[in-house]
Amino acid sequence: MDNGLERLVFAFFNAEIAAAWAPKILEGMWVTILVSLAVVATGLALGLALAALRAYRIGPVDVAIVAFVDILRALPPLVVIIILFFAFPYLDLPMSAFTATWLSLSLVLAAFAEEIWWAGILAVPRGQWEAARSTGLGFGATLGYVVLPQAVRMTVPPLVNRVIAVTKGTALGSVVALSEIVSQASSAASLAGNPTPLTLGAAAYLAIFVPVVVLGRWLETRFAWKR
Amino acid sequence: MTSAEAVPPAPILELVALHKNFGPLKVLDGIDLAVRPRELVFVIGPSGSGKSTLLRCCNRLEEPDSGAVIVDGADIMRPGTDLNAVRQKIGMVFQSFNLYPHMTALGNVTLALRKVQGLARDAAEARGRAALAQVGLADKENSYPNALSGGQQQRVGIARALALGPKIVLFDEPTSALDPELVGSVLAVMRELKAAGMTMVVVSHELAFARAAADRVVFMEGGRIVEQGSPEAIFGNPREARTRAFVSRLSQGHG
Repeated sequence: MDNGLERLVFAFFNAEIAAAWAPKILEGMWVTILVSLAVVATGLALGLALAALRAYRIGPVDVAIVAFVDILRALPPLVVIIILFFAFPYLDLPMSAFTATWLSLSLVLAAFAEEIWWAGILAVPRGQWEAARSTGLGFGATLGYVVLPQAVRMTVPPLVNRVIAVTKGTALGSVVALSEIVSQASSAASLAGNPTPLTLGAAAYLAIFVPVVVLGRWLETRFAWKR
Repeated sequence: MTSAEAVPPAPILELVALHKNFGPLKVLDGIDLAVRPRELVFVIGPSGSGKSTLLRCCNRLEEPDSGAVIVDGADIMRPGTDLNAVRQKIGMVFQSFNLYPHMTALGNVTLALRKVQGLARDAAEARGRAALAQVGLADKENSYPNALSGGQQQRVGIARALALGPKIVLFDEPTSALDPELVGSVLAVMRELKAAGMTMVVVSHELAFARAAADRVVFMEGGRIVEQGSPEAIFGNPREARTRAFVSRLSQGHG
């Protein structure tokens, strides 16, 4: 028993190896944070734009948005990353691991966010539209000032969940050699011949995402209101 | 007394041969109605008689199938009409208030002032405060709708319509969603508006209010105007049997 515990500590909680490889993991953390922030910014902005565009109910535009959303919700994010990373060079377009991961996950997050926000837009009572239109606000102004703010607030909980799920997908960037946490940790583990860097990687994820989860919970209470 | 009095003032709102169908159902079946300045027209009728649709056609929240809607001299059914400009002249108050829950009372009242009339924040808020004061809610400008009673919410709804400086205000069952003890505050505001000379069209079941404040009562059934006249005539001595039956049912229901 004691022997087993010692071996476990040596393998996964090895202080010496942790100290040696911590800088690499920190580098990976930095990359993960950068990609995540970029994905959240682009993904949410694109998702909101698509949901707002869909509210205009222009036939062909609707079809295009629904097709985009359904395809990107159906494809595994890993597949999207691989396709973008390996396909773009054929078009003579440069594609770095960072760009491939960022773009893929942004598109995936945009698809989910569009669906969530569209549901929110539909959930805003018709009377809100009517009240705003009756005061002379146009369609776009009504959407922007009256409907979207309510739709966004109503959908904070599912959106926070989706943001967390998609940004954790930055780990998939390791497949195209993006030097984020998982990539750094697994190469460190094989170079060190000891899995302790993986433990560090797990700790790095906790350090990033526990605050995000807490922030999400705060947002949920902050934006919840009684009707 | 003078010759000017003999010429009736031009109507602020005039509906001519208004038709509206929902599928096979004729909701409005040829409505002609003129509302003159300072007049309070009270519309009654059984549910499904087209009263609300009538109101909602006046600012084209509902699109009439045919007919004319003449507001302040211009037919707003004509193509090219700037509906958003027209709607500034027509205030609307809703049964379920429809306040914006994410904005304060003042925010509700000033949104269109700022975004449609293009007033700067200061100017809009000054007018918004005046409108809130007019409905007796000067002290509630920073309250969100969920912190207000139903009666207060409806008065904010009225202030939102008034702030735009409308020529006429349409009330769609403004007290139907209120607890009985809150109805009085809303009717009091409406009575003050009437006294101040506002032109109003009110769809409601508040008969006592109609008797006290209405210039004319219009009875609708089946998408048509069956009978109209002074409150005394409609409630005291209706010509049509259908009016008599409805009025007696309504009086019994409301004591």
